[in-house]
Amino acid sequence: MSGHAHHKETFITKYIFSQDHKMISKQFLITGLLMGVIGIGMSLLFRMQLAWPGESFKIFEVLLGKWAPEGVMDANIYLALVTIHGTIMVFFVLTQGLSGTFSNLLIPLQIGARDMASGFMNMLSYWMFFLSSIIMVSSLFIEAGPAAAGWTIYPPLSALAAAQPGSGLGMTLWLVSMAIFIASSLMGSLNYIVTVINLRTKGMTMTRLPLTIWALFITAVIGVVSFPVLLSAALLLIMDRSFGTSFFLSDIFIGGEVLHYQGGSPVLYEHLFWFLGHPEVYIVLLPALGITSEIIATNSRKPIFGYRAMILSILGIAFLSTIVWGHHMFVSGMNPFLGSVFTFTTLLIAIPSAVKAFNYITTIWKGNLQMNPAMLFSIGLVSTFITGGLTGIILGDSTLDINVHDTYFVVAHFHLVMGISSLYGMFAGIYHWYPKMFGRMLNKNLGYLHFWITAVAAYGVFFPMHFVGLAGVPRRYYDYTNFPLFDELQDTQVVITVFAIIAGFAQLIFLYNFFRSMFYGAPATQNPWKSNTLEWTTPVEHLHGNWPGAIPEVHRWAYDYSKLREDGEYIIPGQDFVPQTVPLIDGEEDSNH
Amino acid sequence: MTTFLAIIVLILVAIAVWQMTKIFELSQVNADNSQVANDKDNKLNGYLMFAFLVFLYILMIFSMWKWGSFLLGTPASAHGEDYDNLMAISFVLIFIVQFITQALLHYFAFKYRGEEGKKAMFLAHNNKLEVIWSIIPALTLAGLILYGLYNWVSITSIDEDEDPIVIELYAQQFNWKARYAGADNVLGDANVRLIDIAKANVLGIDESDPYAQDDKITTELHLPVGKKVLFKMRSQDVLHSAYMPHFRAQMNCVPGMITQFAFTPTVTTEEMRVDDGIVEKVNTINEIRAEKRAKGMDADPYEFDYLLLCNKICGQSHYNMQMRIVVETEEEYNAWLSEQKTFAASMGKEDTKTETTEAVAQVELVSDEEAKIIGVN
Repeated sequence: MSGHAHHKETFITKYIFSQDHKMISKQFLITGLLMGVIGIGMSLLFRMQLAWPGESFKIFEVLLGKWAPEGVMDANIYLALVTIHGTIMVFFVLTQGLSGTFSNLLIPLQIGARDMASGFMNMLSYWMFFLSSIIMVSSLFIEAGPAAAGWTIYPPLSALAAAQPGSGLGMTLWLVSMAIFIASSLMGSLNYIVTVINLRTKGMTMTRLPLTIWALFITAVIGVVSFPVLLSAALLLIMDRSFGTSFFLSDIFIGGEVLHYQGGSPVLYEHLFWFLGHPEVYIVLLPALGITSEIIATNSRKPIFGYRAMILSILGIAFLSTIVWGHHMFVSGMNPFLGSVFTFTTLLIAIPSAVKAFNYITTIWKGNLQMNPAMLFSIGLVSTFITGGLTGIILGDSTLDINVHDTYFVVAHFHLVMGISSLYGMFAGIYHWYPKMFGRMLNKNLGYLHFWITAVAAYGVFFPMHFVGLAGVPRRYYDYTNFPLFDELQDTQVVITVFAIIAGFAQLIFLYNFFRSMFYGAPATQNPWKSNTLEWTTPVEHLHGNWPGAIPEVHRWAYDYSKLREDGEYIIPGQDFVPQTVPLIDGEEDSNH
Repeated sequence: MTTFLAIIVLILVAIAVWQMTKIFELSQVNADNSQVANDKDNKLNGYLMFAFLVFLYILMIFSMWKWGSFLLGTPASAHGEDYDNLMAISFVLIFIVQFITQALLHYFAFKYRGEEGKKAMFLAHNNKLEVIWSIIPALTLAGLILYGLYNWVSITSIDEDEDPIVIELYAQQFNWKARYAGADNVLGDANVRLIDIAKANVLGIDESDPYAQDDKITTELHLPVGKKVLFKMRSQDVLHSAYMPHFRAQMNCVPGMITQFAFTPTVTTEEMRVDDGIVEKVNTINEIRAEKRAKGMDADPYEFDYLLLCNKICGQSHYNMQMRIVVETEEEYNAWLSEQKTFAASMGKEDTKTETTEAVAQVELVSDEEAKIIGVN
């Protein structure tokens, strides 16, 4: 069926209730970016409280209102900020903001499809995401404040309104928002899976798929496997909260009275939560790694090293990610034998991760590196992925976890390995595919400025934080001044906060570039990065249905960069790349092994 | 006023960044407006990659030099030494891998920066290399896993024959209590349903349980040096976590179940106060606190003490849920403990010590049952 049908498009069907995957992708991106501004902004506020505890700031008074009497941040709003920062960054920015954007943009374009399998479901997925964002943000404005039990919302703290102000209406809104979010994510994921399996163009075998698609595809599979479990956890928690059931609660005395709950266990909730929570790390990370694979190969003018090993490691990581959740629970009171099992499976994940890191480095080796901003962010990703990943060896080891569990060491670890890395992946993707999305280029010099400030500041924030954690400083503390033992860390807290503020402000450069280039950026050419993949065979101007004529046929894998003929000349003379649509020449073999 | 100025400055900085960005962009009058990296960009960013590697190395070395003293220092428990060894081995490995891989990554990014007309090497895969870097991490990790699990098993298995001192750690928003099992070394039954604030039975101890009569509830945790202590943890409201960093010990307190952790304290508080690392740390802290005092802030001189902290988000005052731990000689410990009131005494009963010992035989079954509830191991 030809996609570029002749129906007339109104403003509403084109820009708002669009069923075109490219428009939906932009909607996800811009919503994700706005949520990102809120999430990062919150982190700057609570970092200020940590660096200058109890200090009065006008900005607190302006932004937090009654939660900052005379400009001094209240302990409850501190916890709420931490909670909502985590929720927004993990789910709204790095799950739907990242996956939603690039799965929608790239899956149809890179596999050679006119659109997603179900355009309507795709549209629904975005609008449910939008609705859940609105609910999450609106919870910031209610009387008792938003949810404040940490982004993991462990009961009983999250279940009992008497336990903290944020566990009232704020928590209800959090749960409702997340339930809708999960529905959105599931609709998206199912669509991605079906599209990749059914709508690949002629010649696009699974072993010719670009690694971006492999990563986005497997991410969707992990999402479908694990998100429903979070939904059931959320539903059971809603039951406990509102209908008096006892799934997660037992033997509780609070506010001067014994509650009726009997027989439930908070540990059950932890299992359910982390059954999603850990795969979630890879839901966030894999798309970033996929994007990076594509960008590093293109900009190194070299094939990605070990294509099949990369696919196998994605599959390995995906499988292992579903059986390691217990490493979040080594000291939760679960049977220590289970701790042993989870230590074993957790440390196994280091193997496919190491393979990926080494393959990236080998891809760069002897390349002809084009230092576009996307490339810089991709190299940055590999760097933070290694630094952050390595400390996972400590946290994944049940013995060592005992003393660093829930300290700043954990905060430093996961921010580097999944937070910063995935954000870098997202930025890399935006710089790389901006011309495809908006038909214009982002300014490269602003991109360089953005990258270098962010790269230095991000390490400046999270490297010292490891040492704060090793000193035994617990996370989610509003104030450390009650512990003279931690006095000597105060200067370091200031250093971290200053770097965080620098990093935060550096993102303004990006926002300026992003929104300005939409209208005033240099016009894009059809294939600015000299890339092999199919999306660059579509015209710069967006078409409903992507290709004006027939969908191109694919004859080779996506990574024939700098491939030579036997006579030492490029396959296509004078051009160091061979698009996937170019047939194999005489005697040439496809290199996808 | 200063805060107001600070805000103004912040806003001005934001505007300045925005404006400078704009000027920066406008100043690039350049024939090449493709916004694709050219040789000049490749060269500049290639060199910056190298500079970044230097930055990373300096950061790593500086951190270890400057912040290495933050580490907790001499472990105060028997398993702490093994813990610290495992940690040291892991860190050495991490730093080796970190130094090498970051060097390769950034050096290659510098060395192979693009130039017009240069040919990249077509290298799609190499099975030998890939096998090598799957197997090396696998073997290294196998070693770490085995060593780690060996320690894990020895930390978590609790040998009843060692006859550890049983102490309950009781958590509630936002304080800790300790309950000593008394002469019989068996904790009396307890459940939050039995809490009776009017009678000051705040831990919900079963008044009719003979084991409970000699239990002692305290707000400070005293431990005798060199004796294994088995902690049984309870919480009355939300999750808490009993974190004792100097002892390399932590376990969550979970409403509805009893969790446990055991260790042997090896260094008394007095000994730790003269430990070189701690002396240095305390001096630094006291200098900071002296400065604070000079500024009129409330900061008494600090003397080292072991601490129990809450390490699971538990609400508004989570950040100040702590209890002092005192490790002392057995004589001091016994002397301190004998001064504490028994549960029976605090309930206004006569001290029922003799009754208790008689009753023990009859309720042996109860303690078996309790062991089952405790479950793990």
